[in-house]
Amino acid sequence: MIIAIPVEDNEVEICPSFGRTPLFYFYDTETKTGEFVENEAMNAPGGAGIKAAQTVIDAKAEVVLVPRCGENAAKVLEAAGVKLYESVGLSIEDNIQAFLEQKLNIVTDIHPGFHGANRGK
Amino acid sequence: MKIAVLSGKGGTGKTLVSVNLASVAGNAVYYDCDVEEPNGHLFFKPEAVTEEIITVTTPEVNAELCDGCRKCSDFCKFNAIASIQDKAVVFPDVCHPCGGCMLVCPNKAITETQRPIGKIMRGVSGDVTITSGMLNMGEESGVPIIRAMLQDMKANPNDMTLIDCPPGSACVVMESIIDADYCVLVAEPTVFGVHNLAMVHELVQIFNKPYGVVLNKCFEGENPAEAYCLEHQVPVLGRIPFDQELGHLNSNSEIVSRVSSKYKTLFEDVLKQVKEAVSQCQ
Repeated sequence: MIIAIPVEDNEVEICPSFGRTPLFYFYDTETKTGEFVENEAMNAPGGAGIKAAQTVIDAKAEVVLVPRCGENAAKVLEAAGVKLYESVGLSIEDNIQAFLEQKLNIVTDIHPGFHGANRGK
Repeated sequence: MKIAVLSGKGGTGKTLVSVNLASVAGNAVYYDCDVEEPNGHLFFKPEAVTEEIITVTTPEVNAELCDGCRKCSDFCKFNAIASIQDKAVVFPDVCHPCGGCMLVCPNKAITETQRPIGKIMRGVSGDVTITSGMLNMGEESGVPIIRAMLQDMKANPNDMTLIDCPPGSACVVMESIIDADYCVLVAEPTVFGVHNLAMVHELVQIFNKPYGVVLNKCFEGENPAEAYCLEHQVPVLGRIPFDQELGHLNSNSEIVSRVSSKYKTLFEDVLKQVKEAVSQCQ
């Protein structure tokens, strides 16, 4: 199974934004290896959550560990059968471990997104 | 003559100023372009109201014809199409209906449908014609509604027209002032108000519109908005006091210039200055 996590540039901490995270970390639970992939949606003018979710489903991830998620991204992920679990703290390793030990909860807080949040209003 | 009333933020007094200018002008047309929260009609209480539904074009995917080639989602610069389990899925709220996905689809799996995003209401109050746009909740952009409203304005270029703009200085505001002969900027006497005034001041300069400021909520003592006007040589058209009587009338949805001679005179004076400024420009 492949687990996807939005990760900051430092390749250490989980990024609070799913759509505009600089990197995704894809961890394969079978081979116990992972890789960092750039998030092309990071600087998208709009629809970043949709595009980032596309990257995640194209990588065949079945699980995403995130602190929160916007509704458009969640729609794409859910339609593709990807499960969202709520990360705890910032450590990638700790969260993978916690997920494998079934200690993480399903994400219930799907927010309406930050579209147009900086439009001068 | 077309007068746009704008401000950098909501709650500054755009509707107060535009409703009253339309009222004192007589034989005027009032457009409420603040389509996310139109409230001019609360004051005018228009009669004989008709409604027109405004739609935008939205792509629709025929899943049977879609083979998941991704040409549409690769093309879409707005990321409004995802490819899920080899089928294109459209996200209408992110779509800027450009029609590109239809053009690039090799299987003709995408067609256009019309999706309602809001409505325009037209009515009459005394000698003022009221046109209000209303955007449905959750919709991304009111621009198509404002465009449709302003078609009315283009069809009647000689009307005395007041345009009540949305707050801020974004696309919807630009769309609202594009044909205006004059811009009235409404400002609050706070440092925060000055920041917002500076935003719309910059905007009207970019659009090369003649403009002046109405200072709202004025009380004794320092007025940072007035200081800004002095410093930047912005003409001040009038000062509306921070007045309990005004607040009371306004909160009871009265048009103050219709019930108070003091305010009738104040708005008549603002209108006179605007008319003079416009005639000097022509």
